[in-house]
Amino acid sequence: MNKNIILCGVGGQGTVLASKLIAASAMEKGMKVMSAETIGMAQRGGNVFSNIRISDEDEMYAPMIGTGQADIILGFEPGETVRMLPFLKKDGYVITNLRAVKPTTATLLGSTYGGSEMIGYLKSVIPEDHLLIVDGTKAIAELGNPRCLNVVLLGAAVRTGALGLTEADILEAMPKVIKPKFLELNTSAFKYAG
Amino acid sequence: MHKEFLMGNAAIALGAIAAGLNLTSGYPGTPSTEVLETVAKHRPDQTYVEWSVNEKAALEVAAGAAYAGARTMVTMKQVGLNVASDPLMSLEYIGVKGGMVIMVADDPGPISSQTEQDTRHFAAFSKLPCFDPTSVQEAYDMIQDAFEISEKFGTPVFFRPTTRICHAYASIDVKDESEYKTNAPEGFIKDSRRWVIFPRLSNANHRKIEARNVELSDVFSEYERNELLFEKDAGANATGVSHAAEQSANELPAETTGTAENAGASGFSPVVEATGNTASICPKRGIAAGGIGYALMREVLKGKDAPRTLKIATPHPFPEKLAVRFLEGLDEVLCIEELDPVIERELTYIAGKYHLPVRILGKLTHDTENAGENSIDLVEGYIRKFLEWDKKDRANDSVSQAVPSQDGTQSTIKKGAADSQNGASDKSDDTSAPNRFPAPPALPIRPPVLCAGCPHRASFYAVKRAMQGKKTIFCGDIGCYTLGNAMPLDMCDTCLCMGAGINIAQGVKHIEPDTSAFAFVGDSTFFASAITGIVNAVYNQSEMTVVILDNSTTAMTGHQPHPGTGRTMMGDVVAKINIEKVLRGIGLKFVETVDPLDLTKAIKTVKHAVAEPGVKAIIFKSPCVAIVKPNAPLTIDQAKCIKCKRCIREIGCPGIVITDGNVQIDDSLCTGCTLCSQICPTGAIGGGLNE
Ligand code: SF4
Ligand code: SF4
Repeated sequence: MNKNIILCGVGGQGTVLASKLIAASAMEKGMKVMSAETIGMAQRGGNVFSNIRISDEDEMYAPMIGTGQADIILGFEPGETVRMLPFLKKDGYVITNLRAVKPTTATLLGSTYGGSEMIGYLKSVIPEDHLLIVDGTKAIAELGNPRCLNVVLLGAAVRTGALGLTEADILEAMPKVIKPKFLELNTSAFKYAG
Repeated sequence: MHKEFLMGNAAIALGAIAAGLNLTSGYPGTPSTEVLETVAKHRPDQTYVEWSVNEKAALEVAAGAAYAGARTMVTMKQVGLNVASDPLMSLEYIGVKGGMVIMVADDPGPISSQTEQDTRHFAAFSKLPCFDPTSVQEAYDMIQDAFEISEKFGTPVFFRPTTRICHAYASIDVKDESEYKTNAPEGFIKDSRRWVIFPRLSNANHRKIEARNVELSDVFSEYERNELLFEKDAGANATGVSHAAEQSANELPAETTGTAENAGASGFSPVVEATGNTASICPKRGIAAGGIGYALMREVLKGKDAPRTLKIATPHPFPEKLAVRFLEGLDEVLCIEELDPVIERELTYIAGKYHLPVRILGKLTHDTENAGENSIDLVEGYIRKFLEWDKKDRANDSVSQAVPSQDGTQSTIKKGAADSQNGASDKSDDTSAPNRFPAPPALPIRPPVLCAGCPHRASFYAVKRAMQGKKTIFCGDIGCYTLGNAMPLDMCDTCLCMGAGINIAQGVKHIEPDTSAFAFVGDSTFFASAITGIVNAVYNQSEMTVVILDNSTTAMTGHQPHPGTGRTMMGDVVAKINIEKVLRGIGLKFVETVDPLDLTKAIKTVKHAVAEPGVKAIIFKSPCVAIVKPNAPLTIDQAKCIKCKRCIREIGCPGIVITDGNVQIDDSLCTGCTLCSQICPTGAIGGGLNE
């Protein structure tokens, strides 16, 4: 098995925990894991991404994912999901948060970017059964913590089956990655199904 | 041995610890910073760690410890090496006793740097050995080799990862603590003929260094991480052209396919085949690669008929004998590397030296990009063209196709060149991975901006307001506050390198005496390299205002302590070095510390400072929003808001957004800094601390 996963969003949205959970559960199954992510200037409100690759084959050399090679795109922001779309494999899955993050420049220039045009575009190019739109704002409100958005999205991604990891795999890895204090919150976030 | 999921920089740190590291020093800089931080977190008791005041200091501290027999590592980013180059170039002649690794992270792109400089040049320039890992696992293993070579040859060595190694994560094999080496330093043994640099010593040691590097080149030719791969497969088959599919072609003498003819629009040479008989003169091809370029190449060649391949793990001294073995019998070699064409130049030189009839292709021949980072798509494109996979694919599809005439061939070349210039996004249907989606709606542009509530925004705004309508120059510097250049603040007219703004401002002022010169500098940069500039200004009777943006941390690189914070990497709480006192000590008469979030007072202070003669300083003191608990967010009273959008146009805080035509505050971003409330003409913004 060989899976390429792209996480994307806006600097500060915190894609790191989701990558760590995927990595920990894949390693638990004896798989190789590689990932790459944006660090630095771009984190200040810029667009950020992580590439995660898991494989049980010997040959895996680079952490980066090429055009048309991602099995799944996990977008924390609709515009960013669209930005990464060229990387999606044929038959790949797209999980995206509904809520747009408006760049400061948009506000200054009076641009109308609101994210809905991105959702519309996604619906027009991705088959219904391969596209999952998560209302992150609602999830956060119900779970009571904005920090668990990444785990909510991860849960949705795992349930598509496209990751090659099961819910049990991730739940098992959680205590290794998450402090006991936040375990309960993240467990319910992971299981959150809207 | 056990497995761990580690960031490249953490792997380097743990590898160094496993090699018996006694001391590490450095200065923060993306993408190098996490190396030292990881050492600090995991350091064994006998290991000393410090953030030095700048890279020069860091390199000297590490050298001193290595004189005393310690295993040391100094960490920095590529531009930091410029600061450290003074001690570096002399240390080359003196050498070390304990192993010393100079860990310099390069940043192809560049992603977060001023330059795209290549530390492999610095290694050749300073005649020091250089290790260049191709993966996180190799970084972990290789840093241990680097210490061995350093100690064995009594010389500091470079270890040069790039961003995609430093900031990649991988599940790798790491040693258990019981397998760690320990190193008990012997101590400094006095010997002025060894440790004191004099012309005669430099001359004698220069000779030794040249001889040593010849020896090292041989050692590196046998070094297991410099590899010759797929050797047996080299030959006609490896060109990827199936003989069965070959058709006649105009026979071109090899010379006419050279890039010289195609200067400017050169590409890969076409395959040269004989006409009318069974003989085929397919060029024998090979690929040479280093760093992450090697990893990308292996990804691309996975499951393919791979040509002879050379992996370069030590770009200096270049493993010449190994390279000759690689080049012999090849007609064409493609070099895949980032930043400068170091491998390409070495191979070109070796081919000339040994009269090998082989064409070396890469950046110098415009066959690969000469700036920016490599991606899977780019490397795939290079290899696809070089090995003529498209031709093979077409042949396999049994599409009967005449091999193009010379004209046709020429256009293939041009197309190839155009593709490689446009990069991955413009790939046409001859690549394996075109973007199959229709053009999306306009994507949001997200340039990096100062965080919501960042005190720098208030500082810049105060100066801007105070100086409205006056002739000014605002010299910026390196740090988060370079982002003060963004609209609507637009408060950074120049930015060059660490500490430069102070002196640039003086230069401009000498030529334009009627301008008000300002230099903005952060607290960490102040200690790193701004003090001498201020001394220069005072001594040379300049007239300028130095604005120190003191947010009590090194924010850009992830909040490292510095001399003004009163904390060290060893966890000690020490006396803070007081910036105001330093400035008064230098002789500044006007030094005022003010909270930039008190807008009225901040503007008044700037006006006051500008009216004073000589060198003046304002210290805008307010902590970075990322290291303190935010205040309650503010809200906009929609009944009072007249939608003038002044709050947006003037300060550009990302916390203020327009939703459904209303100006609102995003409470997940707002830190309650109150700046916007101080400029709203109707007092519509309230809440937070104001209540
Ligand atoms: S108070 Fe105003 S300026 Fe300050 S962070 Fe909040 S929205 Fe931005
Ligand atoms: S400055 Fe005040 S009145 Fe003007 S848009 Fe902003 S909140 Fe409304």
